[in-house]
Amino acid sequence: MGTLQSLSDEPEYRELAEKTGFSFEQIGILHKRFKQLSHNENTLRRADLDTIPDLACNPIRTQIIEAFFDKRNFHQNGDGTVEEISFEEFLVVMSHFRPPALNMTEEQREKVRREKLRFLFNMHNTDNDGTITLEEYRHVVEELLSRSGALGKETAKGIADAAMLEVASISMGHMEPDEFYEGITFEHFLKILKDIEIETRMNIRFLNMDTTTLCNTGLPSRE
Amino acid sequence: GNGAQSVLRRWLPLLDQEMVELNHSLTSVIPESALLILIGWILGGIIYGADKMQTFTLTPTVFFFYLLPQVILDAGYFMPNKLFFSNMGAILVYAVIGTCWNAATVGLGLWGCWLGGAMGDIDIGLLQFLLFGSLIAAVDPVAVIAVFEEVHVNEVLFIMVFGESLLNDGVTVVLFNVFDAFVSLGGAEIDAVEIIKGIISFFVVAFGGSLVGIIFALLISLLTRCTKNIQIIEPGFIFILGYLSYLTAEMLSLSAILSIVFCGICCQKYINANMDERSVTTVRHVMKVFANGSETIIFVFLGISAIDPDIWVWNTGFILLTLLFIFVFRFIGVFLLTWILNKYRLVPLEFIDQVVMSYGGLRGAVAYGLVAMLDEKKFKEKNLMVSTTLIVVYFTVMLQGITMKPLVTWLKVKRAAVTELTLAEKIQNRTFDHMLVAIEDISGQIGHNYMRDRWHNFEERWLCWFLMKPSARKSRDYIFNIFHQLNLKDAISYVKEGERRGSLAFVRNETKADVDFNKKFRANFSEIMPDIMAENMGPDHVPLSSILQDIVPSVCLDMHELDLKMRESEDFNAHHLLQQHLYRGRKQHRHRYSRSHLETNKDENEVQEIFQRTMRSRLESFKSAKMGVAPAKKIQTKHQKKDKPQKMPNGNSTDKSKNHPYGDKDLEFSEGDCGSGGEAAGGLFPMRAYRVEAGIVNPAFMAEMDPMDNMQQMQQIPHNVGHLTLPSKSMVISDPVYLTKPIPQTIQALTVQSHFIWIVPYR
Repeated sequence: MGTLQSLSDEPEYRELAEKTGFSFEQIGILHKRFKQLSHNENTLRRADLDTIPDLACNPIRTQIIEAFFDKRNFHQNGDGTVEEISFEEFLVVMSHFRPPALNMTEEQREKVRREKLRFLFNMHNTDNDGTITLEEYRHVVEELLSRSGALGKETAKGIADAAMLEVASISMGHMEPDEFYEGITFEHFLKILKDIEIETRMNIRFLNMDTTTLCNTGLPSRE
Repeated sequence: GNGAQSVLRRWLPLLDQEMVELNHSLTSVIPESALLILIGWILGGIIYGADKMQTFTLTPTVFFFYLLPQVILDAGYFMPNKLFFSNMGAILVYAVIGTCWNAATVGLGLWGCWLGGAMGDIDIGLLQFLLFGSLIAAVDPVAVIAVFEEVHVNEVLFIMVFGESLLNDGVTVVLFNVFDAFVSLGGAEIDAVEIIKGIISFFVVAFGGSLVGIIFALLISLLTRCTKNIQIIEPGFIFILGYLSYLTAEMLSLSAILSIVFCGICCQKYINANMDERSVTTVRHVMKVFANGSETIIFVFLGISAIDPDIWVWNTGFILLTLLFIFVFRFIGVFLLTWILNKYRLVPLEFIDQVVMSYGGLRGAVAYGLVAMLDEKKFKEKNLMVSTTLIVVYFTVMLQGITMKPLVTWLKVKRAAVTELTLAEKIQNRTFDHMLVAIEDISGQIGHNYMRDRWHNFEERWLCWFLMKPSARKSRDYIFNIFHQLNLKDAISYVKEGERRGSLAFVRNETKADVDFNKKFRANFSEIMPDIMAENMGPDHVPLSSILQDIVPSVCLDMHELDLKMRESEDFNAHHLLQQHLYRGRKQHRHRYSRSHLETNKDENEVQEIFQRTMRSRLESFKSAKMGVAPAKKIQTKHQKKDKPQKMPNGNSTDKSKNHPYGDKDLEFSEGDCGSGGEAAGGLFPMRAYRVEAGIVNPAFMAEMDPMDNMQQMQQIPHNVGHLTLPSKSMVISDPVYLTKPIPQTIQALTVQSHFIWIVPYR
């Protein structure tokens, strides 16, 4: 408890707060969590995230974990993946899920939307070629369905195919016979999801309260 | 004489037409409830004129035992659960604290004014004022439904007002009983003990009532799990047990409304999964019939009851002050509570929403029922209270009802989204849910998503196992339902193409080559839904696609049963079989008279095979698209397969059926559908999408052709059909999953539309 009070003095926190928009308390709590996950080291590895018991039954677990190690999400125009991340990068990825501030101009809101959608896009677009191809999309759908064993791969394929068809028809309208649809580009992605209010849905309430002790330990692992 | 008659004969049909037109435009301006009250006045006047006394009034017994339960059960059964529970915190705050605030302020305000002499000389006291305040404070569910149904506000706003109106019964009942007891005791006897008893009784009544409801919900779910062999009477159980939950709670002096609401809320998912499709349809329709009937009767009687000079006592001060106070204090209360709530909500409630919420605090029949229950001996001014209550009800229902829509439009309130969710959006929504939970796990934050996820896991693991039939469990996955939609799109586009080409697809033909759109996936779990095959049809040709567009079905391409002989003789090489015998005649079940058994055969394996082929071909088309290979083949390939002929093998004496099963089923898009706003990760709106099983005769395919000829024919057809383009945007939108709130009337309209659709085969 006492350590949290001196947080505002730490210069790194100030810098981080400016960069990511979290408050000092939230940064402190997340730092604690980071240390807990990484066993008090300075960097976090994939294996550390795999140890979270609650995450085990999440169907898109691998993609989420990958997202943390994806350089594209670090806002530094990087590319490729890394093996371990520092706290700063951890925070930056987390900041994608921060709820937008209450008083934002339309522009800022749009910027926030693009950022969040870019995160989503990167999550699907694993080979970073700028488009989500059918294979990649199908992979996503298969993962989503993997939780319910009743549906087979064929169904997943079918659904992914139909979704692609739909996207194609929305983005490209009427297509000539000799055109073909390469994949979903970021712009198309924006277009499809423009009705979903990303900035309100893709948020987590980051508490100012330390709940790390409640989370990782003592909870029965599900399934 | 003659002249008059002929004039009449000419003008009457016009008049009739006019009336119908007027009706539509009228109800969009004046809510039905207001019109019904008007009619009630007229009727009351007639009755009074005839009998010189009011023989019919809305007695509390009739109201509370025979008219109200259906409306509330309907509300609970069609409640959008995800939305309701996401906003539960806010709803409870408004229902409990808001109602207490209203009751206290109105009661105390009136008392203060009485002390000040504004009301003249009436025999009344503080406790009676408080009692009156508590019964007039509660927002009424019947009135809210009636008025809000015309005005399509956004779902969060609606659920707030509606949820509040349902849950505040717990508070109202307690306050009413407590103050009634206090009045009997007399002011002197009240001490801290009594007050504490009152507070405790609130918790007992509210939670006890909800518990009773939940127990009955469990009972109903378990019951439907076991009613496989008596499907015909399944719907009856729902109503009986629902009503029983109401009566049981009433008997135990608990909150009956809470009981029946929670009964409906908790059981809806399980009974819809367990029961046969037709039973679900029946329950839905009958529920709506009862609820609408009750609502109508309630409002008419509210009108009739007014035409009774005996009850009218006019006290300007009392009446006007009551109106003023309930209006003003409602606004103050809502704004205050929202200000507090917004600190904790992820998506704050806007100012305009708050205005509408305050304005939408309508009082209705429940208040009237309660006031009519008062004992004249204890309450000398009962008639004054009754008159005031009636005036309050008329004011809110009629005046506020009429002005609600213009107000909403003027304030530019965010309306309900009536757009369809694309498949991509649905998948994305699902992804969101999982993603948010994952991030919460990683960041060590316990949030709504985490809780909700844990509840889901618990529910899937234990509750569904306990309460659902095994077959129902398998097939209720959300994305599974998307899959139905997928097939529907295929079906629609196929049919549309065919129709557009005119003669090709729907040439009238005697032969019974059928394209049967049936629950395809269900066939995999054949025990789930037997088909209805009925004799039918008139000779009219109805364009299929238009019918399919009107409804929101999930139709699957299905296979008819193969000829048994063929199946056994060949090596079950699916490709050949399907190629030759894709759409086959169906066995006709004639008059198999059984009260409970309506069955048809289906071949599971065939279903699976066709499905896989379709999927495979779809994959091909994409693959080829991706590789850039001859895309011209793309859609053609896909549809070509579907164009395979129906073949009647020669010498096959199976009967053909010409009928079309119909049915409704609600698809619960219960996870992750798009909502706007909402507290945690957005609200979900379980919308009922209706599935119609329809069969059509597709006479494009002549019988009496041998396979080879068929194939040739088939090769040609694509050329005739020409280039099928990608499904156009309009097609995508053409199977709308309307994301509006489950307004009773609208749903009723939808179901009525979709219910009796027979797709006619041509004779």
